[in-house]
Amino acid sequence: MPGKLKVKIVAGRHLPVMDRASDLTDAFVEVKFGNTTFKTDVYPKSLNPQWNSEWFKFEVDDEELQDEPLQITVLDHDTYSANDAIGKVYIDIDPLLYSEAATVISGWFPIYDTIHGIRGEINVVVKVDLFNDLNRFRQSSCGVKFFCTTSIPKCYRAVVIHGFVEELVVNEDPEYQWIDRIRTPRASNEARQRLISLMSGELQRKIGLKVLEMRGNAVVGYLQCFDLEGESGLVVRAIGTACTLDKLSNTSAFLPACNSPSKEMKESPLVHAPSHGCRSTHNSPIHTATGSRLTQNFSVSVPTLIYTGMGSGSAGKEGGPFKTLLRQQTQSALEQREFPFFTLTTFPPGFLLHVGGVVSARSVKLLDRIHNPDEPETRDAWWAEIRQEIKSHAKALGCHAVVGYSESTSICEEVCILSASGTAAVLNPRFLQDGTMEGCLEQRIEEASPPGCGFCHIPYDELNMPFPAHLTYCYNCRKQKVPDVLFTTIDLPVEAIVVGKGCLIQARLCRLKKKAQAEANATSISNLLPFMEYEVHTQLMNKLKLRGMNALFGLRIQITVGENMLMGLASATGVYLAALPTPGGIQIAGKTPNDGTYEQHISHMQKKINDTIAKNKELYEINPPELPEEIIGSPIPEPRQRSRLLRSQSESSDEVTELDLSHGKKDAFVLEIDDTDAMEDVHSLLTDVPPPSGFYSCNTEIMPGINNWTPEIQMFTAVRVSRLSNINPTNQTLNKNFNDLCENLLKSLYFKLRSMVPCCLCHVNFTVALPEDELVQIAVTAVAITYDKNQALQANKAPTEKSQQRASTDNEEQLQFPLELSSDPLSSQPFSPAKEALEGASSHTGIPAAQRDRCNSWIELIKLKAQTIRRGSIKTTTSLEKASPLAEGYLRHRSVPSGTNSTVSVVKMTPLSFLPGAKITKYLGIINMFFIRETTSLREEGGVSGFLHAFIAEVFAMVRAHVAALGGNAVVSYIMKQCVFMENPNKNQAQCLINVSGDAVIFVRESELEALPVPAPTAQPAGSAGDVTT
Amino acid sequence: MSSDLDVFVGNTTLIDEEVYRLWLDGHSVAEAVARRLRGGVLEREGTSVAVLQSDTRDHYRTFQMLERLLHAPPRLLQQLLFQIPPERQALLVQRYYAFDEALARELLGKKLSKGTKKELDEVSARTGVGIRSCRRQFDNFKRVFKAVEELRGPLAENIQQLFLLPPALARDYAAIVFSGIWGLWERFWGFLGCPDPPFSSRDYAAIVFFANSRFETGKRRLQFLSFGDFAACAQSMMAHWSQGALAPEAADPDGDLPKSFLQDLKELKVLVSDKDLLDQHKSLVCSALRGKISVYNELEANFKALSRALVNVGGKLTHARDVRDFFVDLVEKVIEPCRSDKWSPGDLRLFLTHYTAAPRNLPGFRHQALWERYMAAISACLLRMYHD
Repeated sequence: MPGKLKVKIVAGRHLPVMDRASDLTDAFVEVKFGNTTFKTDVYPKSLNPQWNSEWFKFEVDDEELQDEPLQITVLDHDTYSANDAIGKVYIDIDPLLYSEAATVISGWFPIYDTIHGIRGEINVVVKVDLFNDLNRFRQSSCGVKFFCTTSIPKCYRAVVIHGFVEELVVNEDPEYQWIDRIRTPRASNEARQRLISLMSGELQRKIGLKVLEMRGNAVVGYLQCFDLEGESGLVVRAIGTACTLDKLSNTSAFLPACNSPSKEMKESPLVHAPSHGCRSTHNSPIHTATGSRLTQNFSVSVPTLIYTGMGSGSAGKEGGPFKTLLRQQTQSALEQREFPFFTLTTFPPGFLLHVGGVVSARSVKLLDRIHNPDEPETRDAWWAEIRQEIKSHAKALGCHAVVGYSESTSICEEVCILSASGTAAVLNPRFLQDGTMEGCLEQRIEEASPPGCGFCHIPYDELNMPFPAHLTYCYNCRKQKVPDVLFTTIDLPVEAIVVGKGCLIQARLCRLKKKAQAEANATSISNLLPFMEYEVHTQLMNKLKLRGMNALFGLRIQITVGENMLMGLASATGVYLAALPTPGGIQIAGKTPNDGTYEQHISHMQKKINDTIAKNKELYEINPPELPEEIIGSPIPEPRQRSRLLRSQSESSDEVTELDLSHGKKDAFVLEIDDTDAMEDVHSLLTDVPPPSGFYSCNTEIMPGINNWTPEIQMFTAVRVSRLSNINPTNQTLNKNFNDLCENLLKSLYFKLRSMVPCCLCHVNFTVALPEDELVQIAVTAVAITYDKNQALQANKAPTEKSQQRASTDNEEQLQFPLELSSDPLSSQPFSPAKEALEGASSHTGIPAAQRDRCNSWIELIKLKAQTIRRGSIKTTTSLEKASPLAEGYLRHRSVPSGTNSTVSVVKMTPLSFLPGAKITKYLGIINMFFIRETTSLREEGGVSGFLHAFIAEVFAMVRAHVAALGGNAVVSYIMKQCVFMENPNKNQAQCLINVSGDAVIFVRESELEALPVPAPTAQPAGSAGDVTT
Repeated sequence: MSSDLDVFVGNTTLIDEEVYRLWLDGHSVAEAVARRLRGGVLEREGTSVAVLQSDTRDHYRTFQMLERLLHAPPRLLQQLLFQIPPERQALLVQRYYAFDEALARELLGKKLSKGTKKELDEVSARTGVGIRSCRRQFDNFKRVFKAVEELRGPLAENIQQLFLLPPALARDYAAIVFSGIWGLWERFWGFLGCPDPPFSSRDYAAIVFFANSRFETGKRRLQFLSFGDFAACAQSMMAHWSQGALAPEAADPDGDLPKSFLQDLKELKVLVSDKDLLDQHKSLVCSALRGKISVYNELEANFKALSRALVNVGGKLTHARDVRDFFVDLVEKVIEPCRSDKWSPGDLRLFLTHYTAAPRNLPGFRHQALWERYMAAISACLLRMYHD
């Protein structure tokens, strides 16, 4: 009996009028948790009742605490008839279950009714007294922290990243139970909301148990989804990355520097225990798929790989032994793991060594009723299969891990497409196993490949490549091989060297499909899938080249199945990576060369394409440094000397000559126009309009090339449903319609946000659904962030000709960007060669004086840091970041409680993991909410648009209220995972389900931090770079 | 390919001032789009008509949802549905409650009844204010009046608090309410028929009575007065006459209520009914003004008529029927005679100053404080109204 939940109902306000006669309401409240219910007194005749109830106490198991939501129902007392419900509030008390998060939930919550929406507000206080319980057979997992954020949360340090955790639970959907025929829509909606709340609680608890078994204490990149399978049931599934996180507490700031990581690790049993990827047997997802009529298990094997490179490259022996060594080390750590997957998209510096390319797998399944909800074997088996496939794809790429991993489904009637995708990668074993820090450090020095390009170097064996690829020597370090194009699902690593800015690239595709039943349907879908994947990738590749870029980050391919068509939408952020070769242009080749007019047409189009490329290069400021001959001709001294790579001098000179050979070879991408289809495709390439001036867009966390954000942000959700009205639709017309729909939506966003210019739309997330025959629904969630144009210009003026130096400056700048750092950059990369290179370059080599002046402040800062680092011993650099008087001062400052104004406190929301110009000081817990809204008076509520507009606004309001009640002032990593909208205009009805999640946090403006006395510069930690960036 | 559903919801509610203005002016979405097109937004932003339509619809929906909250501005501050920065909230409220003076002038002296609302078509045609905007403003007046009707305390401050209006706008509303343009409340209608209204013991009764007594403002001879004139007059009356009634907490409970103030005004009649006093008053004023005023002769000739008019206006204020003639009386009996005698505003000012001050030196006149308080408002009104 490990917990006591205490609830107090304080007051209500703005209640609706429930008694027409008196224009008033006699309200009382029911508080329910599990099977226990308490009631307040009736507060008669008031729309603003003051209940001021006693503390209602529930004594419950922690298992129950985790699973159950607190249910608060506001009712209107009626003497003669049944009491009328006004609305409900569900409060997830999970954030109160771990010590570091919130301690109390207190505030005004909107009273929500699934039919009427928000009806007034209620003030509630919730507390939990938790008793420690050391029962090792416990079923609860209180204390495991959950984060939606797909990077190591800002005020934590990853001690060990254990790896993949997953779980799913299934149940019957109340909407489809027999009882639904006799109960009211309200009752049915509430049953569903409650069930899903219960299921997510259970799921989170089970995942937590797995994490505890792995000796972790947190789940990062937690993604929970619902599959509304209709008749066959309701599946709630979640994936995440188990980690052992260490709070970067300000209290340890003045401890001797040497105590921190290694000592702690010895003391902590969590870290020292073997971290084999164990899982409890009963939870194991490996089951034999028995009894299910699964047919057509089709999966597409990585067409992406075809595009990770082209042509051929010469074999390089230099990486061989080193790589093998590395692989051995990491494999030992990873091989025991069933699935070496990571849902993270951003990593601690040094974690990601090499990236292979995107791996994805899809499978078409026929849904069947889930007979026994307690044994979700079929669904488990389905996912296990797909994961196996992903794993083998990664292996084929010479990678032992998959990062930026995600899973999704698309369901139409009884057909379901399961998709999984990620990025094959080679990881640094340091974070994956419990080695002593000393060993790791040694290792890291050996490994240190030049920052900013290391992750581009191919992980696979060149002699035995899994696919035809065109390899060249890295344009940055000139030591290792890189592919000519790189696709990934992760965010751009902070250390990556990028030329110019990035941009959102989308591939859009429709394919008609015959209406069919069951297995025939599944077959036709599986037959279409590979063609769709192929085309999506062709489009992506073409559009990438059209923008003069050579890499995609944050790639997300969504294939949606509808009654009579399939839709594919791929979004990614294109960038020009300095390490990869300049992309060749696009050449059009006609099939009938004799026809004069045709020829003319072709050349006209070719010209248009070339113009577009040139324009795009200008727009995105892609002017890669032309490599001066002397650099190529002579040995490059800095990187080799400083990055103590395992290689000899002679080998590297070999490379240089080899490099010369491959340098001039730039393969143009040839598009053959052999029929009208291809012609259409080329046309559609050119229809993408660049965003209006002052706007940039990307679907990653940060916009490559912009690093001077100002604090103004605007998160938004836009939803459009369009009717494809063609009577005889063809693939072409559909494609065009779909393309127009997306482009118009983007255009409309740019127009709406025009007052924020200059700004960037970040984390643009499109979701496509096909709710009915001819309806396409697109939902977009993104955040617009303003930036300082002047500073941006200055940054762009940085010398490009001195590539080496610029690279390091860039690198440094990005490292300086405090919000992108999961932990102190210097502490984890104390011997980053770039810094020393820069220092060396600025002091020894001949940089023109003017230029040196411009860089002076930077150089000084870096020097300063270098000194700071030297002062500390190698082993203790990780704790350096904590020795921050600033942080201490700030702590004192923070102790003043933030204003408790009578007005509603502002809660920021963002899909990003950070807030520009602010520092996240505390994570309060995960927000995971599911709402249903239904109406039977659609016209009266302003039609479908009015209905959905109000509902989305209500969802935002409820999220904000919950965050505010936890004491937070922002939601980061906010995501709208589901928005299912159904309408029946003839009956004047509509229904919508929305599922959102995010992390509630407390942030403090950096300007407030700066107001504190700034300590002596030498003592200043590198991490607090607010003074530098602003 | 038509968009059935098209919404955009920001965490911070986007408010486009231009679209808000168009919405307030009562334009339909189509009209608003047309106007925005004329404004050249397409060329500036390089966008399409479809985008503009979708944007306008989004804003209109937002405003429609906000309207409910705008009816009770404090709820706008407390509500959780829309996250709007405070300065934007203030802008929303101010613009919503701002009114066209031409419309306000038209409505002066009319009941805020359904009948009047039906006549708004004509008012709209006369003033050029859109009919939907007219209705909204009409409802605003009605709502403000209803909300403060039974409240104690200074009117303007009450309005400011209840509707979160900036002081200037709140004062305008207070003036409207105070000048009793509209008698809405049936239960007070009875007062209007009573020769001597039964003042209730409640403090606010007097002021509500006063408010409901409906000054006559629609007469032809009052046409030259603007809404601003009436508002200013009402404000000076509130300022000088009603501090006790409007802030009863601040005043002595048995003290200076308008009820007694208005009753007391009858005492002033002595100034014109007592022949000695009237003569002495005249000689004091005349001696003070001799040579200082260009219309001395006319003043001398008209003094008694003027003084009678000025004093009697006050004496009649306790009678509902006469209250409505307040402005008419002032114009008919003071302003028009002076105007025909070609008094300059300076002359009038000088005269009023001395006319007000003189009774101080009248032996046997005991109501000096009352007199000055009364005359302060009357003088202010006259000076404001004394124009062409």
